[in-house]
Amino acid sequence: MTTRAFQKIYTKIDNITKATVSLRAQGVGNDELATVGGKLAQVVKIMGDQVTLQVFAGTEGITTDSEVIFHGEPPKLRVSDSLAGRFFNAYGEPLEGGELLEGEEREIGGPTVNPFRRKQPSELIATGIAGIDLNNTIVSGQKIPFFADPDQPYNAVMANVALRAKADKIILGGMGLSNDDFLYFKQVFENAGALDRIVSFVNTTENPPVERLLVPDMALTAAEYFAVDKGEKVLVLLTDMTLYADALAIVSNRMDQIPSKDSMPGSLYSDLAKIYEKAVQLPNGGSITIIAVTTLSGGDITHAIPDNTGYITEGQLFLRNDSDTGKVIVDPFRSLSRLKQLVIGKKTREDHPQVMNACVRLYADAANAKTKLENGFDLSDYDERALKFAYDYSQKLLAIDVNIEITEMLDIAWGLFAKYFTREEVAIKEELIKKYWPQDK
Amino acid sequence: MKTKGRVNGIISNIVIVKADGPVGQNEICHVYCGDTRMMAEVIKVIGDNAYVQVFDSTRGLKIGDRVEFEGHMLEATLAPGLLSRNYDGLQNDLEKMDSLFIQRGSITDPIDFEKKWEFKPLAKAGDKVSAASWLGEVKEQWVAHKIMVPFTMEDTYTVKSVAEAGEYKVTDRIAVITDAEGHDHEITMVQKWPVKQAIRCYAEKPRPSRVMETGVRAIDTFNPLAEGGTGFIPGPFGAGKTVLQHAISKQADADVIIIVACGERANEVVEIFTEFPELVDPRTGHKLMERTIIICNTSNMPVAAREASVYTGMTIGEYYRAMGLKVLVMADSTSRWAQALREMSNRLEELPGQDAFPVDLSAIISNFYSRAGLVKLNNGETGSVTFLGTVSPAGGNLKEPVTESTKKAARCFYALSQGRADSKRYPAIDPLESYSKYLEYPEVREYLDSRIEEGWVDRVYAGKTLVQRGKEANDQINILGDDGVPIEYHERFWKSELIDFVILQQDAFDAIDANCPIERQKMMYEMVLDVCNRDFSFEGFEECASFFKSLINLFRQMNYSEWKSQKFEDYKKQIEKVLSEKESGVKAEKTLKEESNKESK
Repeated sequence: MTTRAFQKIYTKIDNITKATVSLRAQGVGNDELATVGGKLAQVVKIMGDQVTLQVFAGTEGITTDSEVIFHGEPPKLRVSDSLAGRFFNAYGEPLEGGELLEGEEREIGGPTVNPFRRKQPSELIATGIAGIDLNNTIVSGQKIPFFADPDQPYNAVMANVALRAKADKIILGGMGLSNDDFLYFKQVFENAGALDRIVSFVNTTENPPVERLLVPDMALTAAEYFAVDKGEKVLVLLTDMTLYADALAIVSNRMDQIPSKDSMPGSLYSDLAKIYEKAVQLPNGGSITIIAVTTLSGGDITHAIPDNTGYITEGQLFLRNDSDTGKVIVDPFRSLSRLKQLVIGKKTREDHPQVMNACVRLYADAANAKTKLENGFDLSDYDERALKFAYDYSQKLLAIDVNIEITEMLDIAWGLFAKYFTREEVAIKEELIKKYWPQDK
Repeated sequence: MKTKGRVNGIISNIVIVKADGPVGQNEICHVYCGDTRMMAEVIKVIGDNAYVQVFDSTRGLKIGDRVEFEGHMLEATLAPGLLSRNYDGLQNDLEKMDSLFIQRGSITDPIDFEKKWEFKPLAKAGDKVSAASWLGEVKEQWVAHKIMVPFTMEDTYTVKSVAEAGEYKVTDRIAVITDAEGHDHEITMVQKWPVKQAIRCYAEKPRPSRVMETGVRAIDTFNPLAEGGTGFIPGPFGAGKTVLQHAISKQADADVIIIVACGERANEVVEIFTEFPELVDPRTGHKLMERTIIICNTSNMPVAAREASVYTGMTIGEYYRAMGLKVLVMADSTSRWAQALREMSNRLEELPGQDAFPVDLSAIISNFYSRAGLVKLNNGETGSVTFLGTVSPAGGNLKEPVTESTKKAARCFYALSQGRADSKRYPAIDPLESYSKYLEYPEVREYLDSRIEEGWVDRVYAGKTLVQRGKEANDQINILGDDGVPIEYHERFWKSELIDFVILQQDAFDAIDANCPIERQKMMYEMVLDVCNRDFSFEGFEECASFFKSLINLFRQMNYSEWKSQKFEDYKKQIEKVLSEKESGVKAEKTLKEESNKESK
């Protein structure tokens, strides 16, 4: 960010907090960028001639006579095809050197797509993971987070999903990513030979936390370029949105705002919605699909961050360690894809909805049987069979290391039904039983 | 002379304006950011500083930027041509916006000013009229849209002339009325009304007495919603609030449906945009979209307009009510509106109430709900606005301010439970927590006696008791184990499961089961109650379970079959057969036992 000739330089800062500075200045626009002592900052409040700036990198070392230069414009990103295959920091500057970006400058955090111009999502995104494809099918234009405890391999799962999904571009927005995880993503994408399809905006734990606030908007501005201008199918990966929300809380706290639930700002819902709602199916065939990660503390989904997220996103994918099989599975009870109705049984085989429901119902019966067992009651024959089914179901279908086609998943499910249950117990529409029950074939 | 002002402070979308003249609370003003003109509303005045909330992004706005005050509050435009439209929260027609993105300051006409309407006079010269009196009507879709004396005209008037039948534009003069002092007033088909004020041009507001049928069994049978009544649906995410609302909006027995998508997902609105123009209303044979108005302020649209969206929806509802129509207004979700209030209150640095919500939240909510209702119009006709809102309680905890405030205001409570949703028992309306106060109304009882059957409400309560007892029995079974309780406990539990699976659960994605007309509900409910009133005897709990499971399966097949089709009747016969076999089995056993008793004697 170079200074321009006619810009006025201010050198008297009145107040400094950990994340903000304020000073007297004139002719400043709301949301505009500035440089404060060499660090990037953004206008967050103007009262008369008193301007408050949020300094992304933190205010350490800023003195009351540091130079403040206003840029006269909000944060922007240069967009062009040359974004592909590159890694950027939160400000859209290339990491590891390299040439500066070319192309048209676009404001990040731009306007909303007119809901009336949106198209209904209808394209299935296959991931090969049955816990997702079979039970919680993802559709292009959807926004869905993984809810996972910090110890679970969510980044690995997400990288897998990204590579298997047939997206034209994958845009990674890393917030508070550990350097190791960042290198992991890079390596996985490199090994898959997919680097030319990937654009990354990364704020690692080594960078200041408030910088993260720019990452989703940067990633989504790039995504909108490819989806809207180029008509491409874009998959955006955002990890970890909990750390993004934490950064929001830091800023709102520094600005003396009254916190609402769990010390989060009262505007958390709108702040998150602004990001997630960028997911869209466009009339030109392009789409933006957002897969995010929201880490939980101890599986608590009533905390303000996952709670608000759940109300915004179209479902959630819950990762859980299954102690019976020793595998990480996609929890069939707590996971949900709200858009699956648009594709299952339509883009997939006709028996998909019923098979999916029957599996989950039988798995629930097994869970009940397990409770019974734990409480010291005798198990009925049905309970025993349900437990065995649950073990196989978990191993062969729910585990995240499964990678098969949806039709094969359905066949496996039918196989399990026939192995452990009678037709009445499975209770699927008669026509389907006749067609797909293994012994009939 | 309009009051003018200059921007003097900016905190996100709250702008402080130094005004050079009088400013009214809730007055509308326009803030100019370069060439862009953005609408805003005054929410606080201190000295000559007006605090306004801007219905758009304030990015780039500067101190000293120009502001113009309009001298009126936020108004809805009311005229023929509102039906089938898709508005944003400020009644801009979204369909008329050409670009893919909603540009800042986009303003489009809510109605078509060029279109000609076939007008038919209803009043004649010499008639005494007052606000909301019908002067004529035009045919809007299949609704007889009444052209009324504007609601803002508070006196009584004499009609001087009414236009002859013919084609007119909405801005054409269709009547002249004279006030007591002899002044003439020209009336067109368009009028404006400030959305935050209730339209009170009616004779009286009696207690609701009829039921609004929704085709959802768990509502119509168990906790009916009255026509002109209020209800709300709280539920954690994933519990099916939106699916339930969509089902009701498709099936409800209303003339006009207004859907306010308030701070929710855009894709959900897209679903309505895509489906409603195709779906046919079974009652009228018309396309659903013809009776629907969508007001949408999705979660990424400007927060301040969220509040406006619910008021705009309600105002349009009241407008159609004044024509003697049955209107259903639905808002998904009122929590987002409350959160918008919280964001504003927070930026105004007001002292917060519980969970940082403004302290008058409860008053605002009850005031809003009170605008619904059945009314008797001045000409003796009746009209109604039924309001159904959803609430998204933080963390699924119903003890939070929005849910609690709404509970005080709404008469029906449809609690969606996470437990039911987890076990895929949809709609997840909790049968024990939920209630409809209308079941206690003698008027509603009487109505149901004639609409459905004498003594219907008592039967509903009987069913509720059975569900309650079933739950208690299940608790005992879970504590003591299957063998630890008498068989009757299992029977009690399974009877409640029968009610649950056959009546309470309903497949919103099945073409037939999704909509269950009241006659069908009556038949199914009576068949189920009949089973519940029988005494069976079982060898063991496993026999009991498998007997009821097979019964449930047959009943569900009935639910999936077309009403009174061959298949439907076949399943019904099968059920009767299963029951009579069981009974004769019981009898046979009894006689056997009796005989053996005799022998032993």
